Amino acid sequence: MPGLEDLYREIILDHYRNPRNRGELPTPPAVRVEGFNPLCGDEIVVFLDVADDRVQDLRIGGQGCSISQSSASMMSAAVKGKTVAEARATIRAFKSLMSIHEQRLDGADDDGGASGGASGAGGGGGGPAVPEAAVKLGDLEALQGVVRFPVRIKCATLSWNTLAQGLDEAQEASATSPS
Amino acid sequence: MALDVELVKKDFAILDQLVHGHRIVYLDSASSSQKPAAVLDAMQHLYETTYANVHRGVYAIAEESTRLYEEARTKVAAFLGAASTREVIFTKNVTEAINLVAYTWGRTNLGPGDAVLLTEMEHHANLVPWLQLKAERGIELRYLGVDGEGQLILDDLEQLVDGVKLVGLTLVSNVLGTLNPVAEVARVAHAAGALVLVDGAQYTPHFTTRVAELGCDFYGFTAHKMLGPTGIGCLWARESLLEEMPIFLGGGEMIRDVRLDGFTANELPWKFEAGTPPIAEAVGLGAAVDYLLAIGMADVRAHEIELTRYALESLHERHGDDIRIFGPSDPEKRGGVLSFAYKDIHPHDISQVLDEVGVCVRAGHHCAKPLMRRLGVGATARASFYLYNDEADVDALSSALTSADRLFS
Repeated sequence: MPGLEDLYREIILDHYRNPRNRGELPTPPAVRVEGFNPLCGDEIVVFLDVADDRVQDLRIGGQGCSISQSSASMMSAAVKGKTVAEARATIRAFKSLMSIHEQRLDGADDDGGASGGASGAGGGGGGPAVPEAAVKLGDLEALQGVVRFPVRIKCATLSWNTLAQGLDEAQEASATSPS
Repeated sequence: MALDVELVKKDFAILDQLVHGHRIVYLDSASSSQKPAAVLDAMQHLYETTYANVHRGVYAIAEESTRLYEEARTKVAAFLGAASTREVIFTKNVTEAINLVAYTWGRTNLGPGDAVLLTEMEHHANLVPWLQLKAERGIELRYLGVDGEGQLILDDLEQLVDGVKLVGLTLVSNVLGTLNPVAEVARVAHAAGALVLVDGAQYTPHFTTRVAELGCDFYGFTAHKMLGPTGIGCLWARESLLEEMPIFLGGGEMIRDVRLDGFTANELPWKFEAGTPPIAEAVGLGAAVDYLLAIGMADVRAHEIELTRYALESLHERHGDDIRIFGPSDPEKRGGVLSFAYKDIHPHDISQVLDEVGVCVRAGHHCAKPLMRRLGVGATARASFYLYNDEADVDALSSALTSADRLFS
């Protein structure tokens, strides 16, 4: 039976108590995207400044539980300064990490899972695709324990889904802007 | 005689188990209650002895099945103080009961510019059906506000109700526990020519329900919050109103005659019960009514007041300003539903840590997002009591909060 220590790892609590990149960015040039977890009322706001196909800056707002907040904080640290393609690869890699439970339900074997599926999140240009196997998740792997608490997976992925939406919107905006 | 919790607990096998190595402490009855052996046995007995579809067969077990299904309706009618069984419509739950009113009465009587008065503390079930009518046909929605104690603000009731065709409100808030003065609101509403719809989901499990004394026109409650099974609830309404209302869902059971060019609706109450109904569930609901009446609703309510008082006092005593309990501070003016904020620990995290020691509480917006915004929170943790809870359960909750504090501070 999974224990609380699997869920509330020290690094997660650190990001929860001292969230990185909290705040706002002026819009425009940044885009502002909101994400909701209809189950619990959590909301995440991502301010995303994308220029030259790179995440120049991002800020996180909103409110939520320790898992959603720490996941958002770690995400902000992981993708800030990255190219859009790298950021999308990180999203794919993280969502693979979070989908282990579903793959187990499907009967897939535990070891082979981490690089499968999730190809849908990758589209939309932004330079050459980066294979997610090349992504180093680092601290984010601390969130792996969340998959043993299925109800909380949505908490962990909320900010990532919001970021994916933000990247789409930022790229659409740059595609249509005169500059 | 006061309620004997130890004796009551023996009827609930589910409460006699360990979760994560700890005695289960079930504090989520406002979401759904547990079921006593009497209810489970009644349903099992039906399936094992006389189950058949109702109102169709002429053979013995079909007749018995029909008799038991209709007997459940008779029990419910008496439980609500209804004038006749023709006023008792079985629905899936309160959500369906309110939707039935919105789809039939609402779509007959409400058009552009017509107003409905609701409250800020409504469950989404008493908001969304009316918001749908607003979107579809431009009805106007007005709202009674909620004050800092979680009470409805009734100062402007007379102005707000002016020109309104329906007032819809909950009797007991599923978030704040507030017991609303429905009879008073109904008096003012009726004087202004409005009908009154009451959401009794959190009331009927804990109080003696007398629809006539409440003065309402529509009343909904659900079985699964009052020891019965899921999948069955009830809409009560005055017979004359139900007669005027068009049918809701069309299909079997609700018809008297069907031709290729039209149909004639069945009489009340079957007019609103299309398709094969939840038969065993109705029988389970009847058994739940019997069980509650054997204990006595006065004792059920007295126990709730006593336990709520103990919880309010002991939680404040132990946790001081670290805990903020929403809703009225007087246990007589509220149900046993305690939503709270603890330090700045998110309700999801509180619920998770409590689960580790077997304490089951709800965390979230409780299907009342407008009220959450009004309270200035995204979510709350909520403990709710029923007749199988005791002071030891409150103490387990209180101690578990201290461990949450240790983990997150």
